[in-house]
Amino acid sequence: MWNWQGQPLTGLHILAMLIGGVIILLMTLGVVTYTILWQRKIIGWMQGRIGPNRVGPLGLLQTTADVLKLLIKEDVVPAMADRPLFLIAPIIAFVPAFMTLAVIPFSAHHVFTANLGIGVLYYLALSAITIHGVMLGGWASNNKYALIGGMRSAAQMLSYEIPLGMSIVGVVLMAGTMNLNDIVTAQAHGWWYIIPQFLGFCIFAVASTAELNRTPFDLPEAESELVAGYHVEYTGFRFAFFMLTEYVYLFAMAGLCATLFFGGWSGPFLPGWLWYAIKVFLFITIQFWIQATMPRMRVDQLMTFSWKVLMPLALANLVITAVLKALVG
Amino acid sequence: MLLNVGPQHPSTHGVFRLVVKISGETILDADPVIGYLHRGTEKLAEGLQYTQIIPYTDRLDYLAAMLNNYALCHTVEEAMGLEIPERAEYLRIIVMELNRIASHLLFVGAYLLDLGAMSPFLYVFQERERIVQMFNEICGARLTYNYMRVGGVKWDAPQGWLEEVRAFIPFMRERLKMYDELISGNEIFLNRVRGIGKFDTETALAWGMSGINLRSTGFEWDLRKKKPYSIYDRFEFDVPVGQNGDCFDRYYLHLLEMEQSLRIVEQALDQIPSSGPVLGKVPKLIRVPAGEHYAGIEGARGELGFYIVSDGKDKPYRMKIRKPSFVNLQILPDLLRGQNIANLIAILGAVDIVLGEVDA
Repeated sequence: MWNWQGQPLTGLHILAMLIGGVIILLMTLGVVTYTILWQRKIIGWMQGRIGPNRVGPLGLLQTTADVLKLLIKEDVVPAMADRPLFLIAPIIAFVPAFMTLAVIPFSAHHVFTANLGIGVLYYLALSAITIHGVMLGGWASNNKYALIGGMRSAAQMLSYEIPLGMSIVGVVLMAGTMNLNDIVTAQAHGWWYIIPQFLGFCIFAVASTAELNRTPFDLPEAESELVAGYHVEYTGFRFAFFMLTEYVYLFAMAGLCATLFFGGWSGPFLPGWLWYAIKVFLFITIQFWIQATMPRMRVDQLMTFSWKVLMPLALANLVITAVLKALVG
Repeated sequence: MLLNVGPQHPSTHGVFRLVVKISGETILDADPVIGYLHRGTEKLAEGLQYTQIIPYTDRLDYLAAMLNNYALCHTVEEAMGLEIPERAEYLRIIVMELNRIASHLLFVGAYLLDLGAMSPFLYVFQERERIVQMFNEICGARLTYNYMRVGGVKWDAPQGWLEEVRAFIPFMRERLKMYDELISGNEIFLNRVRGIGKFDTETALAWGMSGINLRSTGFEWDLRKKKPYSIYDRFEFDVPVGQNGDCFDRYYLHLLEMEQSLRIVEQALDQIPSSGPVLGKVPKLIRVPAGEHYAGIEGARGELGFYIVSDGKDKPYRMKIRKPSFVNLQILPDLLRGQNIANLIAILGAVDIVLGEVDA
């Protein structure tokens, strides 16, 4: 395990960090590329279609071709848009999504990620910043659909951030630490937290789906109502940035879910990184499965659900966990 | 804030435009604007002989072209007092009910798509494809069929076609069961459609609504039963009605009606004479007796009728089409006031319009 904090900050270490960052970025891009392909494939199968199979062997280069196409498209900025905000919004959305990966322990020997004492807090705080990008994009587009989409996503992401955070607190209480590595270690030698924290996991699963803006909570985009929501005016690589944000965030959330409730990299026989990959893959696949199955919720029902169902449940879970922790130890 | 929903909006079922005044996401007022697809069918008809009008009817409600074909031919036949050969009548019933199923299927799929569920939309195309394939075999077209003629139908069914239809029925029944299980009990779906877009029978009648929109309020009104035309009186089938007049009832009635259509097709297959002419004795030049003639049929979306004013020549002097989508659409602003934008799509979708017919 590489302990970043324990090292003196020399030029060599800064270089190592940079290389580490680039490797994580490339890995993330690879994951995102094949996540998108996997999404199209699995939804294709569920809908009785074949899915992409033309570009490259078995369609493996389909997403690469899509990205290339997006990159060479014209970068259109609407005439009446707030130009600086419009240009910077996708970046504001993407950067924090990518930064959250810094604390996810990919394996026992997490070479490139930080062993942060406040890992959980760091993740929650950074993921909340993405809202700004989405909202600014919706506002700066000067398009009514984009504006409604942006406002919706702000309301939705803020509302679901709270039950999400509270469901995680249950795990933090049990593990007695906010360090994601230590949370994994605590599970490696005992129960995975999905068992004692089952209610917390359910809340986390629902709230994270909403945080990711995925079906049945995909209201910010809601193509049948808002055409495309906050990114309706975005083209080319700026649109790609928003898509990238969405999938990086999906990857990060899957990683967080595996870390908090499924023992992260721990597991018998197989190497840690493979266990981690399997757990992440399952979470992502379930998200796609839900996407192929569910219709979309209505915005007011969505808010009601968060505040009147998830919040009390999360609070109850917290109280029960705290009491049990005090009694049993 | 004024928001233009359409004409390019993905959920306005074609080229419908709705100017809505919203406050937040609440609709204060809605103003439907139609005419983006207007082709002047009624006016064009004045310059055409009756047989020449048939292809134009295909383009009205393009999801149920067989029924449109029939509605025109039926009006002319009624006016002229023509006799239709038995086999032709049965073939007409079979293709019309199949077309009703195809049309209802697309409603179910498109409606779920409106509500954000994509899979059912792709599922319905599997059954629809089989129907369309059968239509292709019997008349050579997949969308604009142009199959009916004044006095019968253009072609007899090809060898083995009726068996193909028979094989389709159990398959379709299975699929209907699947849709019921997949969709009707889904909690999110129910929350989106139950109690939304409600109106009662009086309101519906006052607006002149017909079809499923009227039946969803609990009022049993189906022209196939109330004013039987063709040979519908020879078949046993029920007219499903709703209770609440809301979006859920309108969705569910589509499923129930498909089941009834299958029953009709099944009976028609049992009764159809094995051979015989499919086109009656019709004069070369069709002339409708002078006067005013109207006949309506139960279209896929309500009462579909042709009103022909004739001066006794081979072309109509004036023609007016009673288009169910157009009539049903009128209530929309009343339903939308005070609703959420998300409900706009749910309500508009459930009214089940086809813009080709609304604009004509």
